[in-house]
Amino acid sequence: MRSSTGIKRFAGLLMGGAIALLSMGAQSESAVTQGSRAATMDACVAPTAEMRRNHMDYLKHDRVQSVREGVRDTKNSLVGCVDCHASKDDSGNYKSIVAEGEFCQSCHSYVAVQPACFQCHRKTPQQGHAALGMNQDAAEPALGLLPGISRSDLSELHANVMEH
Amino acid sequence: MSQKNDQPNMKRREFLGKTIAAASVATIAPGVMLTVARAGSDEGASGATRWGMLINTAKCANGCSACVDACDKENGIDLLTKPEGQSDEMWNAQRPQWIRKVTLRDKQTGVVSNLPMMCQHCEKPPCVDVCPTTASFKRADGIVMVDRHLCIGCRYCMMACPYKARSFIHSDIAEQVVQAPRGKGCVESCNLCANRIDGGAATTACQDACAAQGHHAILFGDIKDPNSAISKALKTFESKQIRADLELNTGVRYTNV
Repeated sequence: MRSSTGIKRFAGLLMGGAIALLSMGAQSESAVTQGSRAATMDACVAPTAEMRRNHMDYLKHDRVQSVREGVRDTKNSLVGCVDCHASKDDSGNYKSIVAEGEFCQSCHSYVAVQPACFQCHRKTPQQGHAALGMNQDAAEPALGLLPGISRSDLSELHANVMEH
Repeated sequence: MSQKNDQPNMKRREFLGKTIAAASVATIAPGVMLTVARAGSDEGASGATRWGMLINTAKCANGCSACVDACDKENGIDLLTKPEGQSDEMWNAQRPQWIRKVTLRDKQTGVVSNLPMMCQHCEKPPCVDVCPTTASFKRADGIVMVDRHLCIGCRYCMMACPYKARSFIHSDIAEQVVQAPRGKGCVESCNLCANRIDGGAATTACQDACAAQGHHAILFGDIKDPNSAISKALKTFESKQIRADLELNTGVRYTNV
């Protein structure tokens, strides 16, 4: 009786240690793609560890809400993922989020799980399209300063200014 | 590790009490929500709204395709290209079309009229009836659409639709717009620009385009709101449902057909 609990305890310790080591290893290196907007931020919509574990559940929950119930300004939006995590190539064009070495692909190929999202969803941020969801922080302060101007008006204004 | 004693578990009682309280709130809440939430955005689609459309066929101009072009642009249909090796005939028959122009000619009098035809957003949609996966569904606000996450591409809904409103994506898609995800093997159709409406817009892309051309043939709005322009128009003018004999109670209606 005694010895068995001892073995159990030892095994538990060993397992705990192994898990701690593994998670530390996972925590230490960042998977965020250099040059993406996400690289300039402290954390995603939730702490990194939480996002790593639960992002698929968040996405699935919010996909049901937005498609079937019409709740669009959800916190966890796939468009938000792409907007924030996509990086640009040398010529300044956005790279596909599922391209070799890019954010989604880098982890998913490691764990051999294929994300089916981008068979249908857009793989790069869409110019001039403000994501419905959390990633409006870039446009938000400007809108705060200019009340009464909608986001589309603002982007149009932007385009005009860039032209002249 | 469980302790065995005769005392009731107070934690469990507390939990049960809270659960019952929460459940009673939840049962009241939907009724409250119905009166509060009207249109889209963070509240979601509400049953107090029913989005619909009134199309004045007399104003729909012959040869004009502004609504079709606007729809194609809004929903990324213009990004699609003909698959290599496919004939033009096949491509034109299979390419997705959410809205299309139909020209009617009275054989006896020869009078020609035009109308845009798209998903009629039935109250009792046959496409929803036949869908084996519940991918084809009707939102609380009356918009009939396809949840592509669940669509298996069986095309029963295309067979069931009396309006030929649905399209199937036959080949891989290179590029999509954010507001209209699209992939091989799913069915799709007009969703009354649900994305725009949820974002707070009051018009659809086709309506805007029609108005920009000066025709104003398309009127979109909430047919449950007695003060909306569409409700007033429906009350004033005689309108028709296409294939009214099917008793689907369509959300899209036509005048001067």
